[in-house]
Amino acid sequence: MSDQALKTTPLNAAHRALGARMVGFGGYDMPVQYEGVLAEHRWTREHAGLFDVSHMGQCRITGDDAIGQFQRFVPGDYEILKAGKQKYSLLLNAEGGIMDDLMAGKPDHDGLFVVVNAGNKDADFAFLNANLAGDATLTVLDDRALLAIQGPEAAEVMAKHEPALAEMGFMDSARLMLFGVDCFVSRSGYTGEDGYEISVPNADAERVWNTILEDARVKPIGLGARDSLRLEAGLPLHGHDIDATTSPVEAALTFALSKSRKEAADFNGAERILKELADGPSRVRIGLSVKEGAPAREGAEIADVDGNVIGKVTSGGPSPTLGRNIAMGYVPPAFAALGTDLKVIVRGKPAAAEVVATPFVATRYYRKPKA
Amino acid sequence: MRFTKDHEWVRLEGDVATVGISKHAADALGDVVFVETPEAGKTVSVGDSFAVVESVKAASDVYAPVAGEVVEGNEALASAPETVNADPEGEGWFAKIRISDASQVEALMDQAAYDAYLTTL
Repeated sequence: MSDQALKTTPLNAAHRALGARMVGFGGYDMPVQYEGVLAEHRWTREHAGLFDVSHMGQCRITGDDAIGQFQRFVPGDYEILKAGKQKYSLLLNAEGGIMDDLMAGKPDHDGLFVVVNAGNKDADFAFLNANLAGDATLTVLDDRALLAIQGPEAAEVMAKHEPALAEMGFMDSARLMLFGVDCFVSRSGYTGEDGYEISVPNADAERVWNTILEDARVKPIGLGARDSLRLEAGLPLHGHDIDATTSPVEAALTFALSKSRKEAADFNGAERILKELADGPSRVRIGLSVKEGAPAREGAEIADVDGNVIGKVTSGGPSPTLGRNIAMGYVPPAFAALGTDLKVIVRGKPAAAEVVATPFVATRYYRKPKA
Repeated sequence: MRFTKDHEWVRLEGDVATVGISKHAADALGDVVFVETPEAGKTVSVGDSFAVVESVKAASDVYAPVAGEVVEGNEALASAPETVNADPEGEGWFAKIRISDASQVEALMDQAAYDAYLTTL
């Protein structure tokens, strides 16, 4: 894709002013790094990082049938989801493959607020528009930017701007006036840290970005560190760790399958997914600790200790927090038990690896004490 | 010091060429987290992928700017890959290669030509 074809976010000039190195991602001209990936990664784990994720797709799905219609294509129970909450889910095709992963919440009493991946948003919105029936309307919010602030100091930074944000717990979703404008805010993110995602009108994005950055605890973080942070958190990246051929069972995302929905078996691909739940899938996503040699990256083969190729790495690289190489990939369930010794093959050389639990680095989501 | 369009550098002392990647290349890669250098005795031709340098995001091949026999790989980079960022055109060298034909080095760009080349990128 040529640079001319890349779209920009409302923060493009702000990134350039900060000296960001820009790259094409998901059809957008995005900052891959400012100061450097390692420094930004560590800053986010220790302080607070601010990310422009305006390339992601935001929409509302409203109308009396909004939730019922949406649920035909996702396996989560959004009927019982309380107002003020959001839930991670998966947009499924008829074969139970993951077309995209998403966050859908109820920030107010007007249906759902949904955030999808940049590279899939056009396809997702077209699919939903073509398939939502009855009184269900999808409205694309392309008049909004999306910022994420992540890290152990994110909550303190944001409480200074709006004390009410401190009252939100992990996966809470709200619509409120913030920085003088109408925002959607969730306490969530893609780094494993506490933090918020803030949907702000395009016209106010640069002002809000700069205002948050005035706090010395906050630094801008590019997509490079976003990727290494999410890898450490064990979070899959669509188009790499999950795709339209992968089922939620294979992807080890069964937490996204609500009990009521499994019982009703009324979502796209339910037949395959329920069969895999009962009989086991043919492959499953695992975490790997690579014990020697080079980072094992997407496409590297995974072999058993005898050298028989049994799967592939779907993403991997150095973990700045752990100081060693980590990876995710797919293997048959017989090789998926924690502690299983495997090999990863990088440039023809086998290196020792071990199946380990994910997240690789403990997550620090803020869960409110039970009242 | 001479440079290639692929951003390798060569410093010739006698018949041994020390090679590495330029500061421009090291800056463009960002934080180097892994380096694989060739073992002594390996024979390389111009353009061969003879080393690998990895940033957080990606692995990149390093191409041999000269032909000859590797006399030493910089093993220190295995435990300190960040040296490539800190001193790319000095301590961050990749390999020393014994060459038979010194003229192949003279054919490469000198500093001024390389700096001019960088402005065209």
